[in-house]
Amino acid sequence: MNSTDSVMRPNTQTLSVLVENKPGVLTRVSALFARRGYNIASLAVGPTEHPEISRITVVVDVDQHPLEQITKQLNKLVNVLKIVQLDPRQTIQRELILIKVGADNASRTSVLEVVQMFRAKVVDAATDAVTIEATGTQDKLDALLGMLEPFGIREIVKSGEVAIGRGGRAITDRSLLG
Amino acid sequence: MSPQQMTGAQALVESLEHAGAEVVFGLPGGAILPTYDPLLDAKKLRHVLVRHEQGAGHAASGYAHATGKVGVCLATSGPGATNLITAIADAQMDSIPMVAITGQVGSSFIGTDAFQEADIVGMTMPVTKHNFLVKDAADIPRTIKQAFHIASTGRPGVVLVDVTKDAQQATAPFVWPEDLDLPGYHPEARPHLKQIREAASLLLSAKRPVFLLGGGVLRGNASAEVRELVDLSGAPFVTTLMGRGALPDSHPQQLGMPGMHGTVAAVSALQRADLIIAIGARFDDRVTGRLDSFAPDAAIVHADIDPAEISKNRTADVPIVGQAGEVATALTAELRSRLDAAEQDPRDYAAWWQMLDTLRSSYPLGWTETADGFTAPQKVISRIGAISGPDSVFVAGVGQHQMWSSQFISYENPRSWINSGGLGTMGYSVPAAMGAKVGRPDVPVWAIDGDGCFQMTNQELATCVINDIPIKVAVINNSSLGMVRQWQNLFYDQRYSNTELNTGHGSRRIPDFVKLADAYGAAGLRCERDEDIDATIEAAMAINDRPVVVDFTVSADAMVWPMVPAGVSNDEIQIAQGMSPEWERDI
Repeated sequence: MNSTDSVMRPNTQTLSVLVENKPGVLTRVSALFARRGYNIASLAVGPTEHPEISRITVVVDVDQHPLEQITKQLNKLVNVLKIVQLDPRQTIQRELILIKVGADNASRTSVLEVVQMFRAKVVDAATDAVTIEATGTQDKLDALLGMLEPFGIREIVKSGEVAIGRGGRAITDRSLLG
Repeated sequence: MSPQQMTGAQALVESLEHAGAEVVFGLPGGAILPTYDPLLDAKKLRHVLVRHEQGAGHAASGYAHATGKVGVCLATSGPGATNLITAIADAQMDSIPMVAITGQVGSSFIGTDAFQEADIVGMTMPVTKHNFLVKDAADIPRTIKQAFHIASTGRPGVVLVDVTKDAQQATAPFVWPEDLDLPGYHPEARPHLKQIREAASLLLSAKRPVFLLGGGVLRGNASAEVRELVDLSGAPFVTTLMGRGALPDSHPQQLGMPGMHGTVAAVSALQRADLIIAIGARFDDRVTGRLDSFAPDAAIVHADIDPAEISKNRTADVPIVGQAGEVATALTAELRSRLDAAEQDPRDYAAWWQMLDTLRSSYPLGWTETADGFTAPQKVISRIGAISGPDSVFVAGVGQHQMWSSQFISYENPRSWINSGGLGTMGYSVPAAMGAKVGRPDVPVWAIDGDGCFQMTNQELATCVINDIPIKVAVINNSSLGMVRQWQNLFYDQRYSNTELNTGHGSRRIPDFVKLADAYGAAGLRCERDEDIDATIEAAMAINDRPVVVDFTVSADAMVWPMVPAGVSNDEIQIAQGMSPEWERDI
C-alpha cells in the first residue's frame, strides 16, 4: 500500500475515525473506500481507552476525491461515531516498521551505524541478516530504508500510520456513545 | 410484570407488529422456517406468499413507494437471500424505506460453507443503508426497532436483518426497547438560516431561476410545502423521473421532466438558468448529461437531507442540509418577509418566462405516426393515463415504456408514479404494482410494462390471483427489448443484436400473453388496433375481481424523444432523429 518512494507520495490527509467496536465495522469502512474509488495510503486500526470504541487512522489520497466528500460518506456509516481531520502541524504521526536487511561480517558494522543514526534498534540477528525495528514519521522511515537499501532489504512490514493531536484535549469521549 | 418469554421467531413477528408493519412479502425456506411458524398465528401482520424472492423485494418497495410506510420482505438464507439483492439494491438507489429480513444458517455453521449459507450481510453492505447479523434471540426486538428507524429516517433506505436459525429457535424475554442505542446515527439536520437567506437573495436577484425537484420531495412528504414555495416564487420548476407527481403536471409553472428524455423546455431551462434551486435531487448523470457542460451559467442552491449528495456531482454554491419540507417552509418564510419588506418587487422573470413559454409551445411532447402502421405505444400509454385518471397509481418497468409513461401520463398527485429510477431494474413493474395495490387497495393500480420486463417477473401474477390483488398490467408489446433496440437503431447502424423477443406483430408470439394470463387465472385481453384502445382500457377498468393483463401489440420502431445521447451536453438535445431545436429562432 505504501510506496517507499517519498518523491511520488500523493497528496494525502490523515483522518482519525472513531467507530463502534463491533464485528464488521472495519469491513464497512474499507469497503466504502473501495466502492467509491477512494485511495487509501495507509490504514491502522486498534482499540481505544474505551472498550466500546475503536479508532481507525486512515491516510487518504485526496488528489482524485475531495476530503469533504470522503468524510461525508464515512459519516453515513451507522457505526461511525466521529471523524477528525488531523492538522499535520498539530499532530504527532508515527509508523512502526520492521526491516530484515542483509548483514554479514563485512557489512554488519555499517548497518549498525545506520541503525544508530536513526535511533532504531536491532531486534533479531542471524549470521547473514539483522532485523531492525524503527518508528517515526513516514519521511524518517523512508530515509532509513534508503540508507539500508545498498545492504539488500529482504523483507519489510509496516504498521500503518497512527496519529494523535498535540496538547491536552482528547477526541475520544464516552459521550460519543450517547 | 416480568417480560414474557418467547422464541426468537415469536419475538421477530411480535417486533414487526410493534414496529408498525402491516404486511410482509416473503417466501419460506429452511433457515427462516422457525419464523414462519408463529407468522401463521400473527393477528395484525399479513403475509403475502410470493413466487420468487425478487418479487417480495420489489413488492415491499412498491408498497413503501405507494404508502410512505416501511416495506418489509422476508426470505430464507443462501439463494433466498441472494434473490433479494436486486430488489434491495433497487430500493436503496431510489431511497425507498425497506426492511429485508433473512434467515441465516445456525451460528455454529457460519463460515463452514454450510448448505444454503451465504454471507448476505457482506454481500449487501454496498447496497444497504445498514445491515445487521443477529445471533442472539434477545437482540431481535432492538435490532428490528433500529432497522425500522434507520430505514425510515433521514434519507430513507434499505436495512437488512439477517437472523441465524438458532437465534430464531432460542428463548428470551421479550422487551420492546424504549431507546435505540444508535450512537453514530444522526440523520436529522435543520436547514441553516444563513443558507436560507442566501438562497432567498439569489432567487430574488436571479433573472433565470428554476427549481429542480427530485424524489426527495416525495420521500419527505413535502409536496405541500414545496408547492407553497414554488407558488410564491413565481419561478418555473422541473420534476425529475423520481420526482414526477411531487407537484402537479397541470401546474402552470411546471416544465416537465429534465434529463436524457426530458422535455425541451425542462432541459433548456436548466441549461440556460442563472440559478438552480435543487430540492431532494442528486444531479444524476441522466439529468445532467455531460457534467462539465451542464447548466454552465447557473448558481446552485442544493437542498438535501443527505449531506453527501451536496456537491457530490455538481458543486453547490449554497448547500442546505435538511428535510425538503423544512427547507421549503424556511425558504418560503424568508422569501415572504423579503417581498413584504420590499418597496417594489425585485423579481424580473418576464423575459425568462417568455422564452420558456415559447419553448413549451414550440416543442410540446408528442409522437409521430408509425411507419409500419401499427399502434404508437405512446398513444396507448397516454390513453391509459387519461381513462384511468389521476387518482390511479402507475408503476412502470424499465425502458421505453417507462420513459413514455413518465412523459405521457399526467401526474397530479404524489405517489401516483412508481418506477425504478436509479438502478433501472427490468422486471420491477408487476411485483412493485402488486405491493402498491396491497398498500392502496382502493385505487386502480396499473403496471405499465414492456414485453421484455414482463417476462422477468410475471410469475407474481399467481401471487396476485391467489391473494386477491387485482392489479392491471398493460404490456406495451413491441416484441423487443425496445430501449436497447432504440440505441442499436441510433448508435449501432441498426444492427439489432439479440433484441427481438418474438412476442408481437408477425412473430411466433412466444409466449402468448393472453394465454399466459389465462393460465394464471387472470383476465387476458389483447389490443392490436388503434380503434380498440379505449374500449380495451375500459374493459380492463371494469374487471376488479382479478388481475388483468392487456397485451397491447404496438410498433417496434417507435422511439423515445426528445433524447440527449449519453455522454454529450444537454445542449445537444434532439427532438427527433437528427433534429435539434432551432435555438437561434426560438431564443
